[in-house]
Amino acid sequence: MNQELIERLAEISKQVTGFIYPNDLDVHWSIMIVLYPYLTGLVAGAFILASLVKVFNVKEVQPAYKLALLTALAFLLIAPLPLQLHLGHPERAYEIFLTPNPTSAMAMFGFVYLWYLMVVLLLEIWFAYRKDLILLAQRERPPMRWVHRALALFSNDVSEKAVEFDRKAVRAITIIGIPSAFLLHGYVGFIFGSIKANPWWSSVLMPIVFLFSAIVSGIALVLLLYMIITPLRGKQIDMGCLDKMASFLFYAVIVDFSLEALDFIHRLYESEESIKILSDLVLNKLMISLLVMQILLGMILPFAVMVLIKLLNLNEELRKLLYFVSAILIQVGIFSTRWNVVIGGQMFSKSFRGLTTYKMELVGIEGLLTAMVVLALPVIVLVVLIKVLPPWGDIEEKAAEGGAG
Amino acid sequence: MNRRGFLGRLMSSAALGISAILSRKVPGWAAIAHEPAKSYGMGVDVDKCIGCGRCMAACKTENNVRPEPYFFRTWVERYVIKKDGDVIVHTISGSSEQPIEEARERDVLRSFFVPKLCNHCAHPPCVQVCPVGATFQTADGGVVIVDEERCIGCRYCIQACPYGARYLNPETKTADKCTFCYQRITRGLLPACVEVCPTQARIFGDLKSGASPLTRFTRMGKIHVLKGHLNTEPKVLYTNLDGEVR
Repeated sequence: MNQELIERLAEISKQVTGFIYPNDLDVHWSIMIVLYPYLTGLVAGAFILASLVKVFNVKEVQPAYKLALLTALAFLLIAPLPLQLHLGHPERAYEIFLTPNPTSAMAMFGFVYLWYLMVVLLLEIWFAYRKDLILLAQRERPPMRWVHRALALFSNDVSEKAVEFDRKAVRAITIIGIPSAFLLHGYVGFIFGSIKANPWWSSVLMPIVFLFSAIVSGIALVLLLYMIITPLRGKQIDMGCLDKMASFLFYAVIVDFSLEALDFIHRLYESEESIKILSDLVLNKLMISLLVMQILLGMILPFAVMVLIKLLNLNEELRKLLYFVSAILIQVGIFSTRWNVVIGGQMFSKSFRGLTTYKMELVGIEGLLTAMVVLALPVIVLVVLIKVLPPWGDIEEKAAEGGAG
Repeated sequence: MNRRGFLGRLMSSAALGISAILSRKVPGWAAIAHEPAKSYGMGVDVDKCIGCGRCMAACKTENNVRPEPYFFRTWVERYVIKKDGDVIVHTISGSSEQPIEEARERDVLRSFFVPKLCNHCAHPPCVQVCPVGATFQTADGGVVIVDEERCIGCRYCIQACPYGARYLNPETKTADKCTFCYQRITRGLLPACVEVCPTQARIFGDLKSGASPLTRFTRMGKIHVLKGHLNTEPKVLYTNLDGEVR
């Protein structure tokens, strides 16, 4: 293992340009740490989309409400996995919960994560599903009947009063949930933004940029999932819902793009000590991933497409196609954003005089294959969740049919 | 006790608790309760360094640092500043892998060596960010060290260090760094790099002591620290440091 590492470092050392501090050769935070903010971003974004329905009464998005909640849960469950895989001593990870260092942003992770999972997501999902679970259990056979009864925590009150209480609870939790989702992803931005040693990261805008890119990626993901799953179920896509989601996506992209442009202009205008190495970084190492993938393909192109959709009166089929393509491009763009922040921030030395390079392994615990598995896992979790907790809102109709039949 | 009295007491004890925590955690909120008697530091006279690299070799031997040129607790940088303003820097590592860009003698304006090591900052960003408190300042002199039994290997400290002083030890999979040879200084010996330096370019001591080679060093020279604008308050002090050095 160590021999491999030494060979890899020897290989990288040949590609160094300029002068780097000798310990700065290796990119310590690998693809796993790229995945982590990407996944939590999707969680926060999906949740905020769901919140629009309950807090701001955006009725159009109701068909995707529960799907958005389940998406947030599926991705949140997997989000800590890449962190765990990355640790030198994963068996000591629990120390973050038991003996956290109160001055460490990373140590607060455990608490923000648990708060979000237990208090916000699980509670909201429980209240949102309680009636469904009871109705499902009534018309099912074991073992699913037992599963749903247990998930409903054996409650069986579907009276008007109880359902009204559920509705109020969901609203209350969502109101707490929005700042919590902001906290969850804002704090991820803070982990990077608070590192004064690294001028690529150190920015007060970092948490806000992370947040809005999270909203962008989360809405785009739910939009994609909705467009893929609905035809698979043999149902019609609700165009009102789709247009509304795309509309929110459009506004989120505008804010995100403005913030990133502001950050860029600010850096260029202040032109501090680090400006030379950062421009070297962008022009030599991040040309493809930043200028082409993040900005051109991931932002400007989908933005232009969405402007066209708003301006022209396109028919439904064409709109669907363009939304779909835009949402995929946006995913590529936001993943590149995470890559450029995490990997880009480590490709220049803190000597500000030289660049190193990142060689991703193919296999191995922090390699490309593991990364693809980590990316696929939330989708598998989501499929299971959808099976157990159908998010389509037609349970009552089916229950009525079942009752009549 | 009535309800109002109870609530009042509850609030005041909560406020007390919070202020106690704040005074412990936020520097400047209260005087540090246990001001250590000593504050270890190092003086480096850039003009005395001849770039022989014995400090690096001694450090690697004393502290079992891997021999490959990718793991350093201390290293020496060689600066060549050319007349046209170009600056050529490289590490004297004893490795021939990296081709060294040489300047012709008549193009050279000035040239010098700079020994580097952990600055054992008074406000260490690495200690601030460690999620589990595995890296800390010792109570007996403020030496920044890593507890390898506790470190989870997240590498946040490596990211937070502005000086590139930390590396991941491939054997222990934990963060590693200069300890001022803690195993030696606690027995009254000098750090290995100081011990072997043939020109006494490095001076080790207690910055708080009344009279010592280090306090003399700080009295006689114009002192500069690396990346002072980051407010880390390094305790490795340089004299004759060139403005090109970061």
